[in-house]
Amino acid sequence: MKHIKTINKANLKKTAAKGGCGNCQASCQSACKTSCTVANQKCEKDA
Amino acid sequence: MIHCFRLKGFNIVLDVHTGGVHIVDDITYEMLENISLPLDDDCKKGVIEKLKGKYTIDELEECFDEIVELYNDGILFSEDDYEKFADYAVASPVKAMCLHIAHDCNLRCKYCFASTGDFGEGRKLMDLDIGKAAIDFLLEKSGDRKNLELDFFGGEPLMNFDVVKEIVKYARSKEKEFGKTFRFTITTNGLLLTDDKIDFINKEMSNVVLSIDGRKEVNDRMRVRVDGSGSYDSIIDKYKVLVSKRDKSKDYYVRGTYTKYNLDFSNDVIHLYECGFDQVSVEPVMGDEKESFAITEGDLDKICNEYDILVDKLTEIREKGGFCNFFHFMLDLNQGPCAIKRLRGCGSGNEYVAVTPDGDIYPCHQFVGIEKFKMGNLHNKTFNMDIKNMFAKTHIYAKDDCKDCWAKFYCSGGCNANNYLYEGDILKAHKLSCKIQRKRLECAILMNVMKELEKQS
Ligand code: SF4
Ligand code: SF4
Repeated sequence: MKHIKTINKANLKKTAAKGGCGNCQASCQSACKTSCTVANQKCEKDA
Repeated sequence: MIHCFRLKGFNIVLDVHTGGVHIVDDITYEMLENISLPLDDDCKKGVIEKLKGKYTIDELEECFDEIVELYNDGILFSEDDYEKFADYAVASPVKAMCLHIAHDCNLRCKYCFASTGDFGEGRKLMDLDIGKAAIDFLLEKSGDRKNLELDFFGGEPLMNFDVVKEIVKYARSKEKEFGKTFRFTITTNGLLLTDDKIDFINKEMSNVVLSIDGRKEVNDRMRVRVDGSGSYDSIIDKYKVLVSKRDKSKDYYVRGTYTKYNLDFSNDVIHLYECGFDQVSVEPVMGDEKESFAITEGDLDKICNEYDILVDKLTEIREKGGFCNFFHFMLDLNQGPCAIKRLRGCGSGNEYVAVTPDGDIYPCHQFVGIEKFKMGNLHNKTFNMDIKNMFAKTHIYAKDDCKDCWAKFYCSGGCNANNYLYEGDILKAHKLSCKIQRKRLECAILMNVMKELEKQS
């Protein structure tokens, strides 16, 4: 492509089907305590 | 849905529902701003007609074809098909807890949301029995979740550190029997840190949050003792010792708050970095908008600009071979949490609760003391499932502002507590927080783009 460069895998939809195991951290526990940012969490699903 | 933004010379396009991030040239950017589905002949003709004075027809056609190709690949203008998952939002096991080990504090920070430590409920320390009951509650309510999170919070948790130690011991003694692992974290103002406490924290706590606002004059304006004197000089060296002795595999953050008085907070981030800390979080103050230090609508331009400045400063550090992780710019564009997690955000009141020294249970630390959100009590073993079910349903598709917001899969619907405190409804997004959140996300996406391009070249 000449005009567009895709930077990442764009795979969010795929994660919906297999996701939801609940093993990842509750988001407010990390540093904030006053706001919510979920996207900086890590996935911790058992391989 | 797509979100297009220009930042630091990059034209960035986010495909909201796949998380796809594209960089495009000016002509494509302009075209994307002028088209919407369906990408049919009429659409093509219309946009070419509109832009043909600026670009050649050949170029415009080429561009349109590339856009259609990505659309056909499903990574541009992709469809929102998540709402069906949101419908499954049901009550989850409780697996994370904020334990208010001390409703008392040895500082009188002017912006404290906990009424300088006691949450408006009187100064009190948690006794060991309540602490143990809290552990038992978590073990009982956590279902099949293996990782249990317990944050020692206050007030100031070091004011009740013997009980902290005993609770850790008690919880560890139960791990094998229940097949669970506890992850402890602690949030402290640092005043009472000693070598012993540092060693214990470094051994047992998977994360430690060290409160400090940045530059001495900034910190000491807000983070004062009972007599009004500042706290910076008493804590900075202790934090350095703690971090220098800490295992690199474990997390920590130095964590500050910015207010109207230091809207140039990028200097505070850099100050902390220059003190030797590489994990930094500096966040906007939350609280009564009438306070003189409160952030208001009129500060937003300055704040957004400051995040841009911070991007430059962090980039400079990185280019010189240094490393400084700024909490709100952390983002993994390839492997963040799954979409299901992103639908629901912090989990307050559902998988996360707070427990007070009296054993009262609330949806999270920021709801403590608000009577109508009291979920139960550990003494009399009550736990109100209606409140829990209500919080279980606070996903982005239940929040009108969020379902059409481009940031929904990163922010996940914001902070329920802020929504309630400012807008009177846990489902109503707090506009000021949203604006700051979206700006931070644009910066975070940009920093990832820059890193990725560097890697590729
Ligand atoms: S809380 Fe605000 S920024 Fe976050 S998803 Fe909702 S509307 Fe968007
Ligand atoms: S409601 Fe807000 S303060 Fe409470 S856990 Fe969620 S993000 Fe954190």
